[in-house]
Amino acid sequence: MGHLITKPNIETPDAFYSDLIKLHEGLTDDESEALNAKLILVLSNHIGDTKVLREAFELCKG
Amino acid sequence: MFDDRYTLAFKLYPYTRSADQDVDSAVRHPVVVVGGGPIGLATALDLGRQGIPVVVLDDHEGIGMGSRAICFAKRTLEIADRYGCGAPMRDKGVVWNLGKVFQDAEQVYEFNLLPEEGHRNPAFINLQQPYFEKFLFEQICAEQEKGAPIQIRGKNRVDAVDAQDDHVVLDVMTPDGPYQLEADWVIGCDGASSPLRNMLGLDFEGRVFQDSFLIADIKMKSTEFPTERWFWFEPYFKSGASTLLHKQPDDVWRVDFQIGWDVDRKEELKEENIRARLDAMLGEDVEYDIVWSSIYTFQCRRMENFRKGRVIFAGDAAHQVSPFGARGANSGMQDVDNLGWKLGLVLAGKAPESLIDSYNEERAYGADENILNSTRSTDFITPKSKISHTFRNAVLNLAKTQEFARPLVNSGRLSLPCTYDGLSLNGEDALTGGPSRTRVGSPCPDAPLSEGFLLDQMGDGFILLTIDTDAPDSFEDDGITVSRLALSASDDPTGVLSERYLGDAKSAVYLIRPDQHVTARWDRFDSDALRQALRTACGKG
Repeated sequence: MGHLITKPNIETPDAFYSDLIKLHEGLTDDESEALNAKLILVLSNHIGDTKVLREAFELCKG
Repeated sequence: MFDDRYTLAFKLYPYTRSADQDVDSAVRHPVVVVGGGPIGLATALDLGRQGIPVVVLDDHEGIGMGSRAICFAKRTLEIADRYGCGAPMRDKGVVWNLGKVFQDAEQVYEFNLLPEEGHRNPAFINLQQPYFEKFLFEQICAEQEKGAPIQIRGKNRVDAVDAQDDHVVLDVMTPDGPYQLEADWVIGCDGASSPLRNMLGLDFEGRVFQDSFLIADIKMKSTEFPTERWFWFEPYFKSGASTLLHKQPDDVWRVDFQIGWDVDRKEELKEENIRARLDAMLGEDVEYDIVWSSIYTFQCRRMENFRKGRVIFAGDAAHQVSPFGARGANSGMQDVDNLGWKLGLVLAGKAPESLIDSYNEERAYGADENILNSTRSTDFITPKSKISHTFRNAVLNLAKTQEFARPLVNSGRLSLPCTYDGLSLNGEDALTGGPSRTRVGSPCPDAPLSEGFLLDQMGDGFILLTIDTDAPDSFEDDGITVSRLALSASDDPTGVLSERYLGDAKSAVYLIRPDQHVTARWDRFDSDALRQALRTACGKG
């Protein structure tokens, strides 16, 4: 199966980052945390490959 | 009555009495420029080189102290080359390619800008603003000697403005008292706090960033620092929430400390307090002199319309950006480049006055792009919320080991000129297989020729660039001349011209405006198509 992509993979990084920060605009810290949790779950489902997801978990733990 | 608002770096145009002050009724001039900063001087230079009489009014007698806008981008140098003063800027300026990003005490990563080959000019130079202005001024003097009708009047302050439908009346104060002037057109280049804009009651809306930066220009006495750009997020030496260090000419280093919103300016600007921040960063054993210091805050905002009848605004007077990404003075120079030829055609009666509206259309579009880019950098450097701060630091943390996170680190992006995609002056883009970077609306990228560079060949008028195809040497429509620049494969030893202008096409014909933006392109010459594109480019529909 696949591997976690760690090379740049987003075509317009500045626009992506700006959208991400805007998504949280006006939210309380708790609301932001909840949103982030949902985001992780949605994206994890999109990735699907548990091997890739475990690689991501390991990378972020370290 | 005439207290200087700032200290001068160079006193260049001391007050002298003008004949306009000794007549009973106000003298009318075709163009009056208000403000003698870089944008005002460049405007005078552009118009004066076209033979248009221009009077610059400045409330000081020369150029203000302080490095201020220190990064001048390639496009600015290309414009300066067209005016004849690019070489001294390049010679004096510092070029750097290596940048390092730190967080706390650790290096996050380093990058090499790896500038693209095949341009006369580097991606940008670091140069103190007073030098930039001085080189423009020296070019004005050289043009004056050749007969360019440019006057610069020091200690002439505009105190009132009356904007009529077809001219403008200015009340001007001098050390000898007031006088009146009239102008067919007034160009407001009087900076971000533009008194002219305020006198006309025009809006200037946007976003204020609640942060301030302390700048210190220091001359190193003992240590050789490398010519690199160093940017710290949350530095261990605690001298600011972020700190930027980069090199200028004359062994002067520019240091910017982000010191927060609620600061006591007077206290922060005391030499011992600036030294405390610098010593923490550089170490106690580094010796330096402080050349200049200042505190700045910033906004991202623009006027809704850069034109109000016969008054046109350019540079910071029309739009203001945060300094990250060097889009202030650089975008002002693009304003000048854009306005100069249009005003020249209108004053000569060769284009309708409505052509000036395209200046607003194109440069407001450019200002929005610049504001977007500099706002993104600012939001990354100075996060506005806890979650934004968390994401920012996560990016920095990952960037130490993960390549994917590095493009997300945003401590200021390269200042690039905008492409006027889809705007009114654009003609047809009929070059099948033509490269995207030279599509209609783009600023022409430079290219090396067998002798010299492409942009040097373009001059000041409309150009018909033909590559490997035939066309008449010159073409005229309604008083406007287009000169052919004929190139072929033999002029292109590196293949760069072909890569940038032909792409997959076998031949190409480009109609290029005096400001070196592509306005139409085809694979072969067609006089009807060219005539239509030229008319569109000059606002004749």
